[in-house]
Amino acid sequence: MIEFEPTSEQTSLIDNVRRFVREEIIPLEADLDPDAASLRPDDFARLRQKAIDLGLHGMDTPAEYGGPGLDVMTRTLLAIEMSQHRAGLYASCYGVFGGAGLAQMYEANDDQKERYLYPSLRGEKHGFFGLSEPSGGSDPARAIRTKAVRDGDDWVINGSKLWISGADDADFGIIFARTGEGRQGITAFIVDADTPGFQVTRVVHTLRSAHYATELSFQDMRISDGNRLGEIGNGFAIANGRLSAQRIPYSAQCVGIAIAAQKLAVEYSQIRETFGQLLASRQAIQWMLVDNEFDIRSSRLLVLEAAAKADRGEEFRTEAAVAKVAATEAAGRVVDRAIQIHGGLGVSKELPLERWYREMRIRRIGEGPTEVQKLIIARDLLGKVAG
Amino acid sequence: MSVSGLAIRSPWTEISEGAVSALHANPGVYEIADASGQTLLIGYAGGKSLFGLRGEVAKHIGNPRAGLFRVEQNMQYISRWKELLMVFRSETGALPVLNPAEDGFRLGHLGPRNRSFDGD
Repeated sequence: MIEFEPTSEQTSLIDNVRRFVREEIIPLEADLDPDAASLRPDDFARLRQKAIDLGLHGMDTPAEYGGPGLDVMTRTLLAIEMSQHRAGLYASCYGVFGGAGLAQMYEANDDQKERYLYPSLRGEKHGFFGLSEPSGGSDPARAIRTKAVRDGDDWVINGSKLWISGADDADFGIIFARTGEGRQGITAFIVDADTPGFQVTRVVHTLRSAHYATELSFQDMRISDGNRLGEIGNGFAIANGRLSAQRIPYSAQCVGIAIAAQKLAVEYSQIRETFGQLLASRQAIQWMLVDNEFDIRSSRLLVLEAAAKADRGEEFRTEAAVAKVAATEAAGRVVDRAIQIHGGLGVSKELPLERWYREMRIRRIGEGPTEVQKLIIARDLLGKVAG
Repeated sequence: MSVSGLAIRSPWTEISEGAVSALHANPGVYEIADASGQTLLIGYAGGKSLFGLRGEVAKHIGNPRAGLFRVEQNMQYISRWKELLMVFRSETGALPVLNPAEDGFRLGHLGPRNRSFDGD
C-alpha cells in the first residue's frame, strides 16, 4: 500500500501555494484577457519577488545548484495546486515561481553550464527544447531529418523543427539532429538563437491562443563541437529521459485543472435553479459530478503513484505513461461535464472552462499522444511481441 | 526569409463611423495606420473587448493621426497579435509608435535574430 498523505512539510508548502494562487494570481486574472498567458511586467516583477520572499521561487532547481531539492512527489503535489487558475495549464502562476531551465542542461559539461545553465537558473536566459519535426513528433528517433555534418571543429546543421514552444523569445535551445542511422544516430546540440542560419519562421496557431508553438529553420547553421550536448549518437537517450520525467508534472497540471473545474461545477449546481429546482437536486447533474469525482480521484492516485516510483529511484516509464493517459483523458471529461452543467455560460469567456476545454484537448497529444503512451504500456506488459 | 507575407491581408479602409459600424463584433486583430498607410498601432479585440473588433476600432474614430484601419477576425487573437507585432518589428526594428512599451515584454522574434530591439 502506497501512502499518499502529504507530510507536514508538504502540507505547509501546499497551503502556501494555494494561498498564493487564491490571493495573488486569481484576482489579477479578473482584469486580464481570458486567453492571456503573461502578467503585466510590473505585476510579474512584484509577484516574482514575493515568490522569492516566500521561498517558492526556483523550486525545480536541484539542491546541489542552490534549489530546495524537492522530491518528485512534493513537486507533483505543488503542480496540482499551481495550475488551479485560468492560465494554469500552460502558464502555471504565469511563471513567477521561476523554472529549472532545461533539465538536460544538468548533464552539460562545466563550460556549457557556465554559459547556459547558470544564467537560466538566474532568470537571465531562456531556453527551448527542439525535438519534433514536420515529419513527425511521436517517433522522434525515426522522424528526425535535421542533419548535422561534422566539419573540422564545427558541425553544420540543416533542417527544421515544428511545434516548438518558446523558441521565439529564447536565447538558446537544445536541438536534436541526425548524425547517423537509427536511434543511435541522433545527437543533441546547444544552439544560440542568434546563430547565423537559425530562424523562427512562423507562429503555429492552435486551439491555444497564448503560449503558442513555432516552426524553426536551420540553414547551414554552424555550431562549435563545444556546443555538442553529451556524446555523439546519445541524443535520443537525452531526449527520452526528459520525456518520461516531464509526463508526471504534465499530468499533475491536468489533475489541478480538473479539480478547479469540479469546484466551479459543484458551486454552480448549488446556486442555479431550473424549473424551480436547484441543479444539484437533479440526478442527471449529480451523476455528472460523481463521474467527475471518479475521474479526479483515480487520475490523481495514478499520477502520485508515478511520482512515488520516481522518488524511489525505480524505473517509472510505464507509470508515467499510465498517469499521462489517465490524467489527460480524465481531465478532458471533467471539463466537458463542467461545461455541460454550466450550459451556455460554460462555453463563454466569462468562465475559464472554455479555455481549459481547448487547452486540455491539446494535452492528449502533447508530450506523446494517448496512443503512444498505450504502446509504451503494452510493451511493458507484452515485451517485444507488442511490436 | 521575409516575414511580410504574414501581415493582415484585408485592404486598408478609411476610418469613419459608417465603415466601423459595419464591422462584426468578433474577436480578432486590427491595425490602425495614418493616412499614408504607416502602421501606428497593432491591437486585438479579445474576450474583454466590448463589441469585439467594432468596439476596438471605434475607439480611434476622431483620432487625428488615425486615417486607416484593417482587421482580421481570429479566435487565436493573442498568438496572431504577437505574430503581427513580431513581423512589424522584424521589418522596422521597433514596435508601432502607439503600442505601449509593455507590448514588447518578452515578445519573440521571427526571422533571423541579427539585431536587438526595444523592449527585449
